[in-house]
Amino acid sequence: MIIKHAAPKISSNDGVIDAARAALGSKLVDAVEAHGEIALHIERGALVEAMIALRDQLEYQQLMEIAGVDWPDRDPRFEVVYCLLSVTKNHRLRVHVATNEDQPVPSVTGIWPVAGWLEREVFDMYGVLFEGNSDLRRILTDYGFTGHPQRKDFPLTGYVELRYSEEEKRVKYEPVKLAQDFRSFDFMSPWEGADYVLPGDEKAEDGKGAAK
Amino acid sequence: MSLTAETSPTTGDEVIQNYTINFGPQHPAAHGVLRLVLELDGEIVERADPHVGLLHRGTEKLIEYKTYLQALPYFDRLDYCSPLGMEHSYVLAIEKLLNLEVPLRAQYLRVLFAELTRICNHMLNLGSHVMDVGAMTPNLWLFEIREDCLNFFERASGARMHSAWFRPGGVHQDVTPKLLADIGEWLDSRMPELFEDAISLVADNRIFKQRNVDIAVVSKEDALKWGFSGPMIRGSGIPWDIRKAQPYDVYDRMEFDVPVGTRGDCYDRFMCRVEEVRQSARIMKQCLRDMPEGPVASLDRKVVPPKRGEMKQSMEALIHHFKLYTEGFHVPEGSVYVATESPKGEFGVYLVSDGSNKPYRCKIRPTAFSHLQAMDFMAKGHMLADITAILGAMDIVFGECDR
Repeated sequence: MIIKHAAPKISSNDGVIDAARAALGSKLVDAVEAHGEIALHIERGALVEAMIALRDQLEYQQLMEIAGVDWPDRDPRFEVVYCLLSVTKNHRLRVHVATNEDQPVPSVTGIWPVAGWLEREVFDMYGVLFEGNSDLRRILTDYGFTGHPQRKDFPLTGYVELRYSEEEKRVKYEPVKLAQDFRSFDFMSPWEGADYVLPGDEKAEDGKGAAK
Repeated sequence: MSLTAETSPTTGDEVIQNYTINFGPQHPAAHGVLRLVLELDGEIVERADPHVGLLHRGTEKLIEYKTYLQALPYFDRLDYCSPLGMEHSYVLAIEKLLNLEVPLRAQYLRVLFAELTRICNHMLNLGSHVMDVGAMTPNLWLFEIREDCLNFFERASGARMHSAWFRPGGVHQDVTPKLLADIGEWLDSRMPELFEDAISLVADNRIFKQRNVDIAVVSKEDALKWGFSGPMIRGSGIPWDIRKAQPYDVYDRMEFDVPVGTRGDCYDRFMCRVEEVRQSARIMKQCLRDMPEGPVASLDRKVVPPKRGEMKQSMEALIHHFKLYTEGFHVPEGSVYVATESPKGEFGVYLVSDGSNKPYRCKIRPTAFSHLQAMDFMAKGHMLADITAILGAMDIVFGECDR
């Protein structure tokens, strides 16, 4: 593939997968190179050892980000993505781990203390548990919030809204009442994306008899 | 003569226990809505527990319900002190997934305005930092420069802050030659005069140094472990700058130096930013000198809408315009993590596409999140009054931290 875009240029990916395979062995489930980036899929239970190997042998010193992704159709449902950066080799790498609601992911706070809040955020947004994170509180949502808002089955509008009640002199939580429903227009081209019956098409079957 | 050891310096007084105070969320030095729960022993900070999320707006959730183009303005509202720096990561992530070529003029314009954003951001941060530790005047002078920057943004995009000017494939519209000439003149005269005057008041100021030197020293190892980036990691002495190491747009054609600190304290971080402003001005001058003529956005009509004039003549252009502003463009399946050097550090976007016209997942990597997390170990053992200096040198904006 010829690179035409102007996005940040990292060092070459050549040999990185082989080096990772040698360092991780059976802990590595799969290694994918796509869009110029390498993603390593790692066995959940062996995450900590794998991360230590990546940090110490392959020189990925920094953990920049932990992102959760929800795939409701997959089993296990959640994916936790660790974005690693090597400042010496000038290279970036992603580590993917699959999990679901009741299978905790081993915490990497022992390797990178920055993981503390990043894991808290994934827990808050997706309900993924991290084993070994001593401070797994909610972080971005309100005190006393219930639910995990980034899950695909959580509605965009949420369930409760709050306002200051002048009569009761306090902030009140109430179920969401919208003057207008959230409008999700379908602009997908009927020739490409649409997988529903187009308005009017349902008459085609009944119409056959009437046309005679 | 013999010395008698005094048993307690507070003989007869009551012994004061550790106590906890709430710093913020409504505190002018908290730079927004930060709630810091501080455990104090007298005036010494024992433990700092930052509570964030008071400005959480669910940006990432909202983006999943918008087309790629509709999601762009949300990025302005993340770090509202440096809007274009946020857009930069997002448009580059989309372009990386599309493997879309961006015309050279657009790349120069983006770099020019990304650096103007850096100056704009640092003016606010440097000014508020010196004000947090007690100096009033520099902030007023630096806001003059910031005001000029915002005027330039307005002349380029029509909006002072929330520009939405970087678009996937280029920039929204071309700038006038007069604007480029004015920026050049401003860089030669007004900006350096005001800036150097303001900085000369604080850089060697005894009181300013007393408040910042040796405060919150961060070693190289700690900076790596805690995921630092931008002026925070450079302040600790690691010469890491994504513009230099992993150049994007036309940064590989620019000549600039990366300032690093020697001690890793608040003063070093401050001075790194000061030097970055000078280097940004240098980059901008090179942009103005080398910028070629040409289109300012990709000519791929499946991504970038046509000009209005074209639409009056061409049916095809009209169809493209209609499709792009209703359905939007489709992005190939896959995921990328694109990080750029925003004024505050590494600002990353982890974009997952399922091949449709809306992002499946857009994880935003804010700079402030990991920096603020280090607050506890940075503040430990310092005085309560140093908290404001540490926060000021971190350069935190809550729109970005809380998303």
